[in-house]
Amino acid sequence: MGSKQPGRRGFLKSAAAVAGGLTLGSVEPALGQTPESGTFIKGNDELVAYGERSRFVTSVRIQHPPGGRPSPDGFGKVFHVAAPLQDSVGMITPSSLHFVGTTRGSFIPDIDPREHRLMIHGMVDRPLTFTMEDLKRLPSVTRPHFIECAGNRSRPQHKTVQETHGMTSCAEWTGVLLSVLLKEAGVKGGAPWIVAEGAEEVKGASSIPMAKAMDDCLVCYGMNGEAVRPQQGFPLRLLVPGFEGIFNSKYLRRIKVVDRYYMTYNDYGHLTQDPKNAALGYQIGPKSVITFPSGDQQLPGRGFYEITGLAWSGGGAIRRVEVSTDGGRRWMDAEIRGTAYRMAHTRFSFNWNWDGNETELLSRCTDELGQVQPSRAQVAEFFDVPLDPSYRVPGRDNSIQPWRVASDGSVHNGNA
Amino acid sequence: MGVFTMEMLRLLPFLMLLGSSALAQSPTYGVGSTPSEEEIRAWDISISPTGQELPPGRGTAKEGALVYLQKGCAACHGAAGEGGMAPTLLKKQAEPDIDPWQLGRVLPIRSPYATTVWDYINRAMPLNGEGTLTADEVYALTAFLLHKNEVIPEDEVLDAQSLPKVKMPNREGFAPLPDWKPGKPRLQGYPY
Repeated sequence: MGSKQPGRRGFLKSAAAVAGGLTLGSVEPALGQTPESGTFIKGNDELVAYGERSRFVTSVRIQHPPGGRPSPDGFGKVFHVAAPLQDSVGMITPSSLHFVGTTRGSFIPDIDPREHRLMIHGMVDRPLTFTMEDLKRLPSVTRPHFIECAGNRSRPQHKTVQETHGMTSCAEWTGVLLSVLLKEAGVKGGAPWIVAEGAEEVKGASSIPMAKAMDDCLVCYGMNGEAVRPQQGFPLRLLVPGFEGIFNSKYLRRIKVVDRYYMTYNDYGHLTQDPKNAALGYQIGPKSVITFPSGDQQLPGRGFYEITGLAWSGGGAIRRVEVSTDGGRRWMDAEIRGTAYRMAHTRFSFNWNWDGNETELLSRCTDELGQVQPSRAQVAEFFDVPLDPSYRVPGRDNSIQPWRVASDGSVHNGNA
Repeated sequence: MGVFTMEMLRLLPFLMLLGSSALAQSPTYGVGSTPSEEEIRAWDISISPTGQELPPGRGTAKEGALVYLQKGCAACHGAAGEGGMAPTLLKKQAEPDIDPWQLGRVLPIRSPYATTVWDYINRAMPLNGEGTLTADEVYALTAFLLHKNEVIPEDEVLDAQSLPKVKMPNREGFAPLPDWKPGKPRLQGYPY
């Protein structure tokens, strides 16, 4: 069975081993024991200073798309890297496993936070420069938010949910509301756009509507309880909740308040000729996927399973998730596990007794705006493309992901 | 009528805000410092379609052809602007009056504004030497690529005044941007 079950078993086994070891009161590994049979992890300075996961937990990120450009490449540049959603639990993606997207493949800048500055200028009453210390003096907010790459889409050749959906992740972000900083600088009346720009070598920049900038954007120095990771923009990144990944500028060093759309290189790359496609830009649509059972995993036999997965939407909080265990004929409400936060991954689950027959598992979500995740057939019809393995729609694709469970318990991409 | 009244009520706080913002707002926290003009200019590299941030300098396609070789552009983009590992810089060959989108996803032909071409070369080229080109070199390279794609004649001088005036074939060719508002669905009537 995929990586989920061995991981779980491994954890149980090592937890039991630790418990057993404790009762024996032994700290040193006993001679002759195999690694699996319960040796201790001997403490060392590194593990005391900054913990590590168990060596039995082997879940890792992979390059994206599969078979595409390697990360790192021969020069040490990193391109796209997908998160192992098949192993995820809860709603938070660990910082080490958070997906990575870069404009064109880049070195991760090695920025000394003491030297980093954020400048706000342009159509403002008072241009301002903030040090990291300045930013940390200001009122902070902490919110969970997903980031998803606009190119996150299920293709027929994809096997696992990491390949079909791994370019989304969710972290708890801490920082200052961009609106607070913009009010400090005093936005001149009517300025309709900002340009947010990073400090990395390509100085990635995106035009963002002022309505979004003043609504809920966050200038983040914190991620999952510690500093933002270098791959995620250390020391400072912009969070544009619910917008396509590219808007979330890393290594943020400059916000310019401007009078028009600036047609930066990032903007240019997202232009389209098709009004239907363009109108679906910016805000990510409602989307969900079952992470267990998912592609390449193996059910050991008939019986009870908790189906579980993630749902998210750029339109706000997830209100409802439905699951079908019969290929979409009947839909039943899944349970939302924990709190459904706005523009955050939301964990759902559904109790299922598998009868051992071949079937297809699907999930669909509805967000607080009433937007319902569409089927692949609906999307194909909208864009007037054939509904077959050649299916390819422009722009973002938030269609329902089917997982086909074969009678031998193997799980496959239903879009293949 | 009822809807209209509701809408006015919803707008009321906003209208009141507009009234008060006629006076410049004073900062709430007083944190942060004032950057100098020089500091702003040094970082002010995103180029508006109006060209307002363009620095002084000039260049032609002929000069650009030389810079293209001197700076090693050919190593990644090919000697003629195509055939290298990096994206092609030349439009597809096609009928003269074809839809510009059919000429390919090639920055110096698809971009609606020549300023975007200048901006990207300036901020992001050459690979591993980003930010090292002089303004003259960027003007020259931009002229070279626009000439290779038959947008401007070989002898046209590009500078801060002429560059924003270059009429790119795709100027009007892209779909309207989403009119984003908080709490609104992406596209009314759409199943997404």
